[in-house]
Amino acid sequence: MKLKLKIWRQKNSSSPGQFVDYTVDNISPDMSFLEMLDVLNERLIEEGKDPVAFDHDCREGICGTCGMMINGVAHGPLPGTTTCQLHMRHFKDGDTIVIEPFRADTFPVIKDLIVNRNAFDRIIKAGGYISVNTGSAPEANSTRVAKSIADTAFEAAACIGCGACVAQCPNASASLFVAAKIAHLNILPHGQPERRQRTIQMINQMIEEGFGSCSNFRECEAVCPKEISVDFIAFLNKEFIKSIWK
Amino acid sequence: MKISYFYSTPIGKKIVMAVTGIILFIFVLFHMLGNLIIYSGPERYNGYAEHLRKLGEPFLGENQFLWIARTVLLIALILHIHSAWAVSKTSWDARKKPYHVYSPVQLDYAARTMKIGGVIILLFVIYHLAHFTFGFSWAHPNFIKGDVYHNVVVGFSVWWVSAIYIVAQLALAMHLYHGLWSLFQTIGITANKKRDWRRNFAILFALLIAIGNISIPISVLLGIVK
Repeated sequence: MKLKLKIWRQKNSSSPGQFVDYTVDNISPDMSFLEMLDVLNERLIEEGKDPVAFDHDCREGICGTCGMMINGVAHGPLPGTTTCQLHMRHFKDGDTIVIEPFRADTFPVIKDLIVNRNAFDRIIKAGGYISVNTGSAPEANSTRVAKSIADTAFEAAACIGCGACVAQCPNASASLFVAAKIAHLNILPHGQPERRQRTIQMINQMIEEGFGSCSNFRECEAVCPKEISVDFIAFLNKEFIKSIWK
Repeated sequence: MKISYFYSTPIGKKIVMAVTGIILFIFVLFHMLGNLIIYSGPERYNGYAEHLRKLGEPFLGENQFLWIARTVLLIALILHIHSAWAVSKTSWDARKKPYHVYSPVQLDYAARTMKIGGVIILLFVIYHLAHFTFGFSWAHPNFIKGDVYHNVVVGFSVWWVSAIYIVAQLALAMHLYHGLWSLFQTIGITANKKRDWRRNFAILFALLIAIGNISIPISVLLGIVK
């Protein structure tokens, strides 16, 4: 495959940045999107140029490190997939692909396609601890969890914190991320003691970071690599009311 | 203090927007149903308008129900607009540098036009009040206080006035299509994704209100109501 790439290049957070055109040749349809960028970077390094900086770690779709806007969609055209699990067979020979970093004021660009997602870490930190006994492993049946509750909690816990929800949201809202994180603990018995304070503290941190508000556009669930439902945002809203007035 | 904290958060504002939206929706629904009485002739229609003044008797005096309703609606409207403005500002500030290429996946037209649609509806409401409630001479050619039937027929006989009403009702239908679905989400009521009753509810009432209201100017223009 031969592809034209328009990639956002930005030296650091304070420089303006611009698109640079590249052409890559001999791309196998079985390569992942990141492997395609590796091919480009190897050539750039050989030519003595600065390679394109992008975040990646596990390349198995489970760590949440990679992520970029591919033709205007977070993680690209394939639903329920991280950038590293998107394969070049989903593109056509001769395609032009526009690659841009995730954009939100809360996610400043560090370099090229790498953005700073520490805001998410601060939201997690604001959530605090859960009261569980340390020491030897507890007896497995001492805290019983209904199958349906375990399943729902797991759907929320599948969030890998990649930031695609914020990136794709026209409002740059972190509602889906915060909802998933709050839901996965608030649904389970282990999360009950700190339920209210966790909800309020995480929401306060979300506001303080400067994320946008939810307009129920549902763009977040459309690009979420773990296909987390906006139903969790409804849950978040309900938890918020309960945390204030229960 | 809980109230002020609640309203200081975007989630709190969205919930206020949803609840005031429900109030405004109920008003718009009954406003439409009441106006359909025009099809049963001038006496019944003018009688209905007159009856609204006496609603709630003997517990309430003349016009009292009307003023309570107007006050509630005005407060709901102000809160609806203020919360919408405030959360929009939060969202605009959250991404000051837009994407060069952005392709929404499932964002629909109604959802993305909520803000401009809301402004259009507000401007229409102001015009509508000047036209049929206050009957200002610049807005209505021959306004007779108390003869609601006459005012409606004369008002809608001007084709471009009817056109404004029809366009405004289409904008309202779009606003309701997203709003009536979205409000359930905001107050935490979910549904089965594949058979989402909230979507059907929104489509049903958006269409019902728009068709009911649009039928009146069209009937006047076609000479069915005269």
